[in-house]
Amino acid sequence: MTPPHGAAWRPSATFEVLRRRAVFINKIRTFFHTRGVLEVETPILSRAATTDVHLDSFETTFGGAVVAKERLLYLHTSPEFFMKRLLAAGSGPIYQICKVFRNGEVGKVHNPEFTLLEWYRPGYNDRDLMLEMDELLHEVLGFSPAIRLSYAEAFEQILHVDPHTDPLEKIKSCVEKNALSLISNNTEEDRDFWLDLLFSHAVQPRLGHGQPVFLYDFPASQAALARKRAGPPPVAERFELFYNGVELANGFHELCNADEQRARFDADVAKRRQLGLPITAQDMRFIAALDAGLPASAGVAVGLDRLFMVSEGIPSLAEVLSFDFSIV
Amino acid sequence: MASLSTNEFKAGVKIILDGDPYAILENEYVKPGKGQAFNRVRIRNLKTGRVIEKTFKSGDTAEAADVTDVEMQYLYNDGEFWNFMHPESFEQMAVDAKAVGDQAKWLKEQDVCIITLWNGLPLSIVPPNHVSLKVVETDPGVRGDTASGGGKPATLETGAVVKVPLFVEIGETIKVDTRTGEYVSRVKE
Repeated sequence: MTPPHGAAWRPSATFEVLRRRAVFINKIRTFFHTRGVLEVETPILSRAATTDVHLDSFETTFGGAVVAKERLLYLHTSPEFFMKRLLAAGSGPIYQICKVFRNGEVGKVHNPEFTLLEWYRPGYNDRDLMLEMDELLHEVLGFSPAIRLSYAEAFEQILHVDPHTDPLEKIKSCVEKNALSLISNNTEEDRDFWLDLLFSHAVQPRLGHGQPVFLYDFPASQAALARKRAGPPPVAERFELFYNGVELANGFHELCNADEQRARFDADVAKRRQLGLPITAQDMRFIAALDAGLPASAGVAVGLDRLFMVSEGIPSLAEVLSFDFSIV
Repeated sequence: MASLSTNEFKAGVKIILDGDPYAILENEYVKPGKGQAFNRVRIRNLKTGRVIEKTFKSGDTAEAADVTDVEMQYLYNDGEFWNFMHPESFEQMAVDAKAVGDQAKWLKEQDVCIITLWNGLPLSIVPPNHVSLKVVETDPGVRGDTASGGGKPATLETGAVVKVPLFVEIGETIKVDTRTGEYVSRVKE
């Protein structure tokens, strides 16, 4: 649909905010430069896409007038696979600030393209990386160190349920107790679905008021690309950062085992098939890099638009983006 | 009727839940970076006016409600129904007490109201924001009193009771804001 003549064309952020945003980004680069972390750029277009069941990739084609056979490409949802290929090739510590693309995600704190800071530290585990992240938040934004809270502690303190061991019936009755009226066309949802519902509606909004919070030790079933640690209960060595109820970052003690990675890809694909979602090509070059040997590392992705937004006390993402999705 | 996916949800969209029509007031997209996406909506029941919150799994669907608004002129009450007429087609429609509800007290012949139809049948009505109605009963006015200060109840020709300044007298016509039920001014005839 073509916007009408005289359509809204002005930026969604003020110049004052954009100037402060530029200072913020500059401070982040200085932080990493001072510490000898190499800034890298990796491709946005890839022949492979994430298999993550909850992420939709934008698709495009390589072709144009001169290429006989068009080829399907994906816009990355995060630079993770390419950055791990750099690590496996011996890059040492690296960081990147880039745009990433997630199809269908639009809302007050979601924009389908957004700016991600992602960095990797060989030799670190998730705890080490949380410490460095505290330092980044302090140097760039003057934050005090984040409170550490395990996923289980957050559920116990706020909802009085144990997310790891309580039976599913108790989790579901907790949903009802918190007056979360769910309308679903499908009642056979798995445990993680109910945990996600509780977490996003009842736990997350209460995290990080006045002081940032690191949530760590997620359920093993929500490991994504993190290492699992044997229990009890088994957990994923994964952490997230929250401030004023907004999710800002997700970090892993990275999974390095190629066979385990293959198995997780396969499990994702099976779940995608079951849900009728598009089946994307698995990244075999990434797997080959793991086969060759990814150094033990920790890595974290930070949503910079959101981090800047909450640090400024601004309520919506649109006000920190030069042009938000509604006016592109 | 068509289904609407959560990505079509926005303020103003009408859906059916548990057999009742609802208007979406607010739609919030909630999604963890790694995890299930939801749409949390605030919706108003178009029958009862009650506002509730519900959560949908993103990508799920709801049945669209065939709800439309038409402007019609109020004609008369026949003892059971309030009868309205479309100003151009002259088509008439009888609206029952359930749909008229509390708004009955603002209905004056010839006034143009908005009637909300669900599947072509009247669901609710909205009278004009301001109506002019004659005072049929109130205590005698107090000499020399001005608009400031207290007030007194006055019964209007439609049965509505509103608080009016002390100087308002029986037989006068006053303007009332139907959204708040408050007196606005006297109307010179």
